[in-house]
Formats: sequence, structure tokens, C-alpha cells
Amino acid sequence: MHDRKIDETGEATGRRARGELESGVLAALWAASEPLTARQVQERLPGDLAYTTVLTILSRLHDKGTLVRHRAGRGYAYAPVRDEASDTAQRMHTLLERGSDREAVLARFVSELSEEDEQLLQRLLGEHDGGPADEGP
Amino acid sequence: MTVSVYVPFLVTVVLAVLAPRLARRFAPHPAAWALAGGALVTALGWLGSLALLAFTGLAQIPEVAEEGRWSVTALRADDPVYLTVSAVATVTLLASLTGLAVAAVRQVRHLLWARRECARLPGDLELAVLDDASPHAFALPGAPGRIVVSHGMLRCLGDAEREALLAHERAHLRGRHHLFQTAWRLTAAACPLLRPLAETGGFVLERWADEEAAAHLGDRTVVARAVGRAALASAKAPARASLAATGGAVPQRVRALLAPPPPRRALPLVAGAALLAVSCASLAEAASDSEHMIEGAQFAACVTALKDTGAPIPPPGHGPCCHPPGDHDGPGRHSR
Repeated sequence: MHDRKIDETGEATGRRARGELESGVLAALWAASEPLTARQVQERLPGDLAYTTVLTILSRLHDKGTLVRHRAGRGYAYAPVRDEASDTAQRMHTLLERGSDREAVLARFVSELSEEDEQLLQRLLGEHDGGPADEGP
Repeated sequence: MTVSVYVPFLVTVVLAVLAPRLARRFAPHPAAWALAGGALVTALGWLGSLALLAFTGLAQIPEVAEEGRWSVTALRADDPVYLTVSAVATVTLLASLTGLAVAAVRQVRHLLWARRECARLPGDLELAVLDDASPHAFALPGAPGRIVVSHGMLRCLGDAEREALLAHERAHLRGRHHLFQTAWRLTAAACPLLRPLAETGGFVLERWADEEAAAHLGDRTVVARAVGRAALASAKAPARASLAATGGAVPQRVRALLAPPPPRRALPLVAGAALLAVSCASLAEAASDSEHMIEGAQFAACVTALKDTGAPIPPPGHGPCCHPPGDHDGPGRHSR
């Protein structure tokens, strides 16, 4: 009974970690401008994930229909399935661009900047990493 | 009753002035809890005091007095609250309750919308990417909640920064930050003086998620850069017409992340808790005072009624007047 409880929490943590990895992989593929091989995805993810783990996640996302793949050398290169015409993207875009009181429930990553904020921010970031992006897609 | 009923108002004002300043300098996780708890207790104190003041006025309406079998004259002689104060309190109470009801309906509607939207978003992953070139990123509360990011946002961040963004939004969902927002929105609707707490609360939640992301990545600078770059990218996107200066929330977050983690101090929390305890105690005292007042007025009404029938008058607490007499007709109707 006690053991099963531990197993269950372990399983829940595992599922949660898998969900986080899937998000990371999907985000990396969307950020890239071209399809990526498993090796390239692995390089873009933080931490040292095993190659096989990345491969497993990629094929699972492909099975779910989130990714498309084509042959690249001995393996596959993966890209996200695009849906520019989807009404979800449209709806969200309209909501965010026009503004709505529904926005109140969204926890947005960044709020808007005033002009002074923008200059201050440039300075803060400039002081700290001494230049433009040193890492990027 | 004279003083104690006004103490919750005083506490509300003190909290509205001091709490936002303190909370911004404090570790965000305890600060968010303190702001939410403080706002809830203060709003209840505010409504309670208004209700007591309103009641002392309403109790002097003859029809109400008759219903409760107490003497209006005795109440007036005893009651230190001016009728105007009482009238203002009644109007304010009604306005507060209306505001609260409207805000509650709106908040529930928005949360239900968010939940539906979570289910409608494509895929069943934690992350839903919008095929949209303008930079957007937000957490959408639901069951389960989703992280929604546009590909425009993903493309303007580096590898580690992307991870920081995901960790930040995940922190919002895991911490159920929408419930904190709900608490602040409702308390601010009930008591407009608490609006600064709601505004600060929004900022503190962002700081909380920033700190959690920093802890997850083990790097504060990466999170600072992610926030800064996302904000700059959003600023380059065509701006909405209604945008005003937002008081520099993003630079403050970046600055906080570039500095060492904020200290966890107990003193402001203890002081805040003491203040709230004073507020509650005062309200309880005021409530018990007004109960005594009503009992006194009921006794007076009963004595008057007995006088009319010519019976001997008993000392308080003895004889027929220790309970409101049930078989007399409208004993509280007359004044002496």
C-alpha cells in the first residue's frame, strides 16, 4: 500500500517531467527556421539529455500528429505541423491585439513597455551581457 | 462601538498605503500570500464595519424596531453613531456588495472561458504554439492549464531563454496564480481602497514566477535576459492604441533578477498579521457592543410596556423583561 503510493507519486513526477520535455522539444522546433534532426534538437535543449530520450520524445510527438518528419541522412528531420489558418491562432491574435477584459485571466509573460522603459531595459541588458545575443537559434 | 467600529477602516487605509511598498521589496512567494490574506481579511473587516454602522441606522427605523421588539428612544440615547454616518455606510455597503457581485460574475465567466479555451487549443500537450509571427506568451488557467506561446516569441529567444519562458509560465500554472488574482480582484471590487494591493499583487506574481524560473534553471541572468528580450520584441511589434506607460514593471523585474535573490524577512509579515488581528478584534468588539445596545433597548422597550400595564419594574436580568415578552402587542412601538 505504502509502496504503491510512492510508485504513484514517482509516476506522476515522471509524467510531469515528460510533459516538460515535450514542451521544450516542441518550443525548440518552432524556434528553428528549418527542420531539425534529433541530434540538433538535443544540442538546443538545456541540460544533458540522452540522445535516445530526445529521439523517443520526437517520435511520440510525431505519432500524436504534432510534428512532421522527412528522411535526412540515416535518420529523420522533424518540423512542427503548421496551422496558420487555424481559428485558434486567429482568435488569440485578435484577443491580444485588440485587447479585451478576458485578458485579465491570462498571465502574460511581459507587460508593455513605455519608451523610457525600453531605453532603461536596453541599458540594463547591455550592461549585463555586454552585447547582442551570444546564443540563439 | 464608538471607536472600534472604525478601526477596520483605518487598518484598510494603512494596509493600502504600506503593503504595496513593502511587498515589492520582499521575497515574492511569501509576499503574494501575505497580500492575498491581507486583502481578504481587510475586505471582510471593511464589509463587517459597514454592516454594523448601517445596522445601527436601520435599527432606528420604527418598523424595524417593532419587528425586533426594542425601543428606538433607548437606542438613540445609547447610540453614538450619527444617522448621516449610518446612511453613508448603508449606501457604501450596497455599492460594495454590488461591486463584489458584478466582479464575481465576471471573474467566473472569464475563468470558464479560459478553461474552455484550454480544451480547444490544438494538441494535448502542456505547450500550445500559436502560428503567429507577433510575439505573445501567456499561461491560460484551466484543467489542466496550458502554456500558450506564439512562434514569433519563440524565435526571438535563445535556447536557454526559451526554457526560462516555459519555466516562468509553468510556475504561474503550478502555483495557481489565477486564484490569487481572483482574490485581489474581488477584494478590490468590494473595497476600492484595496486596488493598490491588487496592482502590486499582479507584479508580485510575475516576480514569483521569475524567481521560480531562475531556481529551475539555476541562473538568474538567463531569466532576466528572457524577460528583457521578450519585452523588447513585444515593443517592436505594432503597438495597440490604448497602451499607456505601465509603470516600468518589466525593468523592475529585470533589475530584481540581476540582483541577488530578495531576503525572506519575517518582521513585515508579523506586523501585518498583528494589524489584521487588531482589525478583527475591533470588529468583534464593535459587534458585541451593538448586541449589548440592542439588548439594552429591548429591555427598555419591555420596561415601557410593563409600565403601561402598571406591573412592578424588575431589575435588569430578572422578571419578565429578561426575555422579550411574546404576548404583548408591539411593546417597542412607543417612546416614553
